[in-house]
Amino acid sequence: MKSPLLLAAVATLATGVALAATADPNRTKILDGYAAQAKAQSPEFAAFSADRGRALYLGPHSGGKAETPACAACHTENPTAQGRHYKTGRAIEPMAVSVTPKRFTDPAEVEKRFERDCPNVLGRACTAREKGDFITFLASR
Amino acid sequence: MRFSIAATAALLLTGNATLASEFERVPPVTHAATLKECGECHMAYQPGLLPAAGWTRIMDGLADHFGDKASLPPDVAADIRGYLTRNAGGGDGQLVRITDQRWWLRKHRFDPTVWQRRTVGAKGNCEACHRTAAKGLYEDD
Ligand code: HEC
Ligand code: HEC
Ligand code: HEC
Repeated sequence: MKSPLLLAAVATLATGVALAATADPNRTKILDGYAAQAKAQSPEFAAFSADRGRALYLGPHSGGKAETPACAACHTENPTAQGRHYKTGRAIEPMAVSVTPKRFTDPAEVEKRFERDCPNVLGRACTAREKGDFITFLASR
Repeated sequence: MRFSIAATAALLLTGNATLASEFERVPPVTHAATLKECGECHMAYQPGLLPAAGWTRIMDGLADHFGDKASLPPDVAADIRGYLTRNAGGGDGQLVRITDQRWWLRKHRFDPTVWQRRTVGAKGNCEACHRTAAKGLYEDD
């Protein structure tokens, strides 16, 4: 268990970091990992962008399944609202970190879902930059 | 708004042939990996809702799971397969859908538009109508 004191210290440290719009150390670590990969893939990479993340989230994209032209197809256009799986009908907790603080804090879960969800929507895997943009967008909501 | 069982039963049931059902109550899912990995896109269905042969087919076909990719690492998949088949119920092992099993169809002879309601979305969204479905309680009270 983390002490409130430690969390407060981390929060103070993170305020100064432009990349991380959020104080959760696990989310910061996940974003840092994607940033390193993005840089390795393209030397021009500077920083993640919430705007690009929004465009990815809202689509519409082609290349994936017709029923899911955007992440919003299941996660709903308004990331602070409850989503719904287009096929199973199951409710999905809001993606916005402000509403669901545990979002993007478990690296294995995050990778697993990117691996499954990106091909459905884009017809291909997401790049490290897209993953970071997506999280940056939702961490700002 | 939740779709209440009492209301559905009153509105939609053609007859009320209340044979006691062996499925009124099935033991809840107690296996952590099954809850986590099979409870993301829909509720984690109780093992008692399908016969072992049905679960075997489901677990053999995770790469194309009703059109979705639901593949798992081999050790996790084996663990879940063991749990589901050891605790399986009865029914037709050729059918991989709970909602195609004869007992299920007998209990759910509703107007087809019910499944399209926004709050329901699919036959497999048991929780939309059975509030206590996650606990394995389906009896109507
Ligand atoms: C077919 C429905 C569907 C679509 C389309 C979809 N997702 Fe998801 N997504 C889910 C479900 C179901 C979950 C798991 C439930 C949950 O986390 O509440 C999830 C969870 C996630 C998570 C894990 C978040 C966390 O809690 O850490 C990420 C990341 C994610 N989705 C990314 C995406 C991206 C990126 C897209 C668009 C390219 C997308 N999803 C489109 C259904 C979908
Ligand atoms: C990536 C999302 C996803 C995951 C993870 C997933 N499923 Fe499914 N499952 C679906 C979809 C989509 C359907 C079909 C829904 C429909 O067409 O009504 C489905 C349907 C089912 C059905 C049939 C429901 C019915 O209509 O009777 C069973 C049984 C099932 N899944 C079992 C499992 C098991 C066991 C696991 C874990 C090993 C699992 N699912 C994991 C997406 C998923
Ligand atoms: C649209 C709403 C709806 C959905 C979705 C739904 N059910 Fe039902 N179910 C009902 C109603 C209403 C009854 C009561 C029928 C009766 O009394 O004969 C019922 C009866 C049952 C029964 C018999 C209970 C008893 O008392 O004998 C079982 C078991 C059951 N449902 C399981 C499921 C499962 C498992 C799912 C998901 C795979 C599911 N239901 C999805 C509405 C629904």
